Amino acid sequence: MASQEMEQLVRRDYKEGFVTDIESETVPPGLDESTIAFISNKKGEPEWMLEWRLKAYHQWLKMKTPSWAHLDYPPIDYQSISYYSAPKRDEDRPQSLDEVDPKLLETYEKLGIPLHERAALAGVAVDAVFDSVSVTTTFKDKLHEAGVIFCSISEAIRDYPELIKQYLGTVVPVADNYFAALNSAVFTDGSFVFVPEGVTCPMELSTYFRINAANTGQFERTLIICEKRAQVSYLEGCTAPMRDENQLHAAVVELVALEDAYIKYSTVQNWYPGDEDGKGGIYNFVTKRGDCRGDRSRISWTQVETGSAITWKYPSCVLRGRDSIGEFYSVAVTNGRQQADTGTKMIHIGEGTRSSIISKGISAGRSNQSYRGLVKIGPRAKGARNFTQCDSLLIGDTCGAHTFPYQEIGNSTATVEHEATTSKIGEDQLFYCQSRGISEEDAVSMIVNGFCKDVFQELPMEFAVEAEALLSVTLEGAVG
Amino acid sequence: MSDVQSDVTRFLERLAERRAERAANGPEPTWIAARRQAGAARFEALGFPTRRDEAWKYTDVRAIARGEFGLAQDAEFSKASAAALTLPIDAHRLTFVDGVFAPALSQLDDLPTGVHLLPLSQALAENHEAVGGPLGRLTGVEFSPFSALNTAFMEEGAVLRLAPGCVVEKPIILQFLSRNGSQPVMSHPRILIEAGGRSEARVIEHHVGEQEAANFTNLVEEIMLDRGAILTHYKLQEAPIADLHVASIHVEQARDAHYTSFNLNLGGGLVRNDLISELNGQGATANFYGLFYGQGRQHVDNHTLANHNAPLTFSNENYKGILDDRAHGVFNGKVVVKRDSQKIEGYQSNANLLLSDRAEIDAKPELEIYADDVKCSHGTTTGQLDADAVFALRTRGIDEQTARGLLTLAFAGEVLEEVDLDAIAERVELAVAGKLPERFNLAGLVEAAVALGDE
Amino acid sequence: MLEVKDLHVTVEGSEILKGLSLTINAGEVHAIMGPNGAGKSTLSAVIAGKEGYEVTSGSITFEGKDVLEMEVEERALAGMLLGFQYPVEIPGVKNIYLLKAALNAKRAANGQDDIPAPEFMKLIKDKIAQMKMDSSFLQRAVNEGFSGGEKKRNEILQMLVLEPKLAMLDEIDSGLDIDAMRVVADGVNSLRDQDRAILLVTHYQRLLDYIVPDRVHVLVDGRIVKSGDAELAKQLESRGYDWVVEESAA
Repeated sequence: MASQEMEQLVRRDYKEGFVTDIESETVPPGLDESTIAFISNKKGEPEWMLEWRLKAYHQWLKMKTPSWAHLDYPPIDYQSISYYSAPKRDEDRPQSLDEVDPKLLETYEKLGIPLHERAALAGVAVDAVFDSVSVTTTFKDKLHEAGVIFCSISEAIRDYPELIKQYLGTVVPVADNYFAALNSAVFTDGSFVFVPEGVTCPMELSTYFRINAANTGQFERTLIICEKRAQVSYLEGCTAPMRDENQLHAAVVELVALEDAYIKYSTVQNWYPGDEDGKGGIYNFVTKRGDCRGDRSRISWTQVETGSAITWKYPSCVLRGRDSIGEFYSVAVTNGRQQADTGTKMIHIGEGTRSSIISKGISAGRSNQSYRGLVKIGPRAKGARNFTQCDSLLIGDTCGAHTFPYQEIGNSTATVEHEATTSKIGEDQLFYCQSRGISEEDAVSMIVNGFCKDVFQELPMEFAVEAEALLSVTLEGAVG
Repeated sequence: MSDVQSDVTRFLERLAERRAERAANGPEPTWIAARRQAGAARFEALGFPTRRDEAWKYTDVRAIARGEFGLAQDAEFSKASAAALTLPIDAHRLTFVDGVFAPALSQLDDLPTGVHLLPLSQALAENHEAVGGPLGRLTGVEFSPFSALNTAFMEEGAVLRLAPGCVVEKPIILQFLSRNGSQPVMSHPRILIEAGGRSEARVIEHHVGEQEAANFTNLVEEIMLDRGAILTHYKLQEAPIADLHVASIHVEQARDAHYTSFNLNLGGGLVRNDLISELNGQGATANFYGLFYGQGRQHVDNHTLANHNAPLTFSNENYKGILDDRAHGVFNGKVVVKRDSQKIEGYQSNANLLLSDRAEIDAKPELEIYADDVKCSHGTTTGQLDADAVFALRTRGIDEQTARGLLTLAFAGEVLEEVDLDAIAERVELAVAGKLPERFNLAGLVEAAVALGDE
Repeated sequence: MLEVKDLHVTVEGSEILKGLSLTINAGEVHAIMGPNGAGKSTLSAVIAGKEGYEVTSGSITFEGKDVLEMEVEERALAGMLLGFQYPVEIPGVKNIYLLKAALNAKRAANGQDDIPAPEFMKLIKDKIAQMKMDSSFLQRAVNEGFSGGEKKRNEILQMLVLEPKLAMLDEIDSGLDIDAMRVVADGVNSLRDQDRAILLVTHYQRLLDYIVPDRVHVLVDGRIVKSGDAELAKQLESRGYDWVVEESAA
């Protein structure tokens, strides 16, 4: 086992727990039309965007919080949340890493993510979001050369209004669900990616999200479009500082793949899960959906979910194009008092569409975790196929692992297979490792990593390493 | 949309009429009146479920809610037509016609010692206190609007008590006949089974009726198995195609009690079954086997739940569905393992075949687990017949459609293999073969094979 | 009866049969022998019509008809029956259903009515007794849970009931002990008839002690490199395949 991992195993506190002291320009808590007008104005948005937001807001007012998830949390007071915060020097934002506030860079150092080094070494362009405003975007030139647009959604609204009008809200409609409607009304930032016809994005695109200012909900909005035969791999990673109040995060991610396009979206999520009693963790209510609009298009979601007090997240694929492919690979680890209700939806509309779902859930401590998935085969989806493998591992006798798969099948030529197992780490496996001199905790970590192998191999290289390390950190204290 | 409130009111009016009729027959024990009242109040508060209720997500009960159902006043049924419908099995038998007890069609005279089998009305008349304890213990009015409605109307049904150690040789048939009358009727039968320690029995619940009948049966069953009791429960549902059928079966199993259910659904226009077993003692084992075949516009919804409330309990489930035409099938199986219920095993398997593109299956196999030392798994497949098997049959000169027919029959056969009463297995196999589309060319084949087997 | 001309077959892109020619006349028993991987099983699978085998050139005719144009079941009904090396397990399909459906399909193809039940039962009982099988097997699912020997007996039983013109037996001797081998061989021998041809595919000569072939062919690398009478099989047994390979290369 790598010494770095060992070191992380020894640490007991939340590794990313600290608060950066940067003055924020924050609106007072509360949400009404004027808050939305304020956000829109701050972002320098055109009138039509404000109207779009207000429409979403009015829809949201009519909606109810979903209650079907296997989650238990006190009602959220949406009027106690502040919907906008930006670093003070908003007007003269840094244009390159050199111009970035050194304090911010320091923050990244603490996170163990030396941004410039990492960017240079891995060839990754980073659109780093600090609170709600994009601070820097690197490698813009190289991307520009390839014709790839990679910028903040706010910039895109100003600079590419036609693309935004054409695609925003077409995958996740404003009234799709309670949190999506809220996001549509108040989103403050996020990424925009556009890969034109025939272009393979020359590098993996990556965004690090952070939640910072106290009481600030973060409402990211991401839109990725791949035109015909275009390809992109997008990486999303998240950390958050320790905090006592619960923080709400309700992002919306929309992916559009046209004919023969391929979008790979990978996430490593390790937001603050709360203390031993579950106090202070992030509430993560995310709507992620990909639309395989073109024939033979492919969208692949890979996620490693180790953080947050509450996770409500179902990255989905709408398989509209003929022979299009949807994939979902997920590892979710819960410990302490964490609760996760996560899974996917594969909606087969077109002929010959295929999907596969591999979900690995690990529950420890007093946590509860549910896989919730839908596979729907429409009447026209001739020859559609789905395979789902859904495995749960329980560590200790005070946690819970649940599986709620829905299958709705309306075509006789479809083949849908679902398998699920629930088990614990075998005592013989543990004994075998321990008899080779491996500590119990390391043995657990090894076995769990093996359990998740099928998913980890879908992750881009540098993410896979990070994910394995995260797993060990998350499971600290789960045994013995 | 119909007026939801008026639907509820219509059922409550019918209830009030019935209450008045009963009052004319003299006083009844207060506890039963109170329970009916509680059922009515609960039903009124809940109303009929809608598809917004998770448990009814795939099943629309408006056909029931909007129905104008009377209550049968007698149990008249021609002996000849009853005989044609009755299972040709040497058995003890209780028969109900549209929910009304039919002594003339029952067979109760050679009950062995230790076996008490009688209609609920009689059990209440003879010793209502003995019934008051167990009745409603497993199915409260909270379970569903239908269980509340059943409680509001409860007055007839079957009571079976087995003394400890009593092993019943012959099967016990509870026969429910549906009659084609001038107005559709509803019935709310109640089945109560109390099996004493190490007792053993086979109960066949048979729903069948006149072809043109279009009645509503709302059944609640409570089955209590004491230590080491063994009960095999066949629910053979061959109701007329326009019948509406809702049933909830609640089983409680003490230590080492074995319950095996065969839920065989062939008939009925709208069918909903809830089968719930509480595994309360070590060694308790529940086997749920199910087969449903839908054609035309039939809708069959099976919900099962195995509650592992104690360590070392076992559940095993295998449900198979075949759906043709515009039929709609639902399978929702759930295994729940309570905290500290260690060393349990829970297996679930569901497989479905769609024979038409307008047929639909909605499957939801669920696991809810709060203990770590468990072995639980479920598998669900909806899909295609084994291509190698189709090939192998074709190399014997069997055309592709017949090969597919044979394999479809075999698909159902995997559940029927577990059936230990040949008469039931053969009857269902014949029925399935008869229902399979003509293109499968199976006509005559199964009959001949059954006849050969009998030789 | 069966004529295979210059047959080339590829499986998943690689060529397995590379110009195989073979003629079998009524009344003859032919044995195809050869080392593993020579393409022995491919030949019978292609004749039976298994998917995944692409005939790139050459022809197969049976009684003058183009076999490659026929559906799988048409081939069986025409009288070509394949005994599988690994008989497929078909859970839930009772043997009696398979036999009856297959026999009636054959009768229908010959313009006959379905076989009357008593006649069918008598036929089956005779054949079962001949194969020394228990009648309870009729109610069991096809090959499910059968031992290797039982599966092979079942293949022969189907041959006895369906009476093909050409019986192709692929490695029918594999996995058999000596007693089962005798029963199987007796079954095959009882099929010998002046109107019927039998094609045996085998790796070992042992089977040919019990079923003496008229012709023996050695298949190496997708071609028949040597043919002879039963004596050739004995030579192969004592000398192995290498000398044939060398001789053909020379």
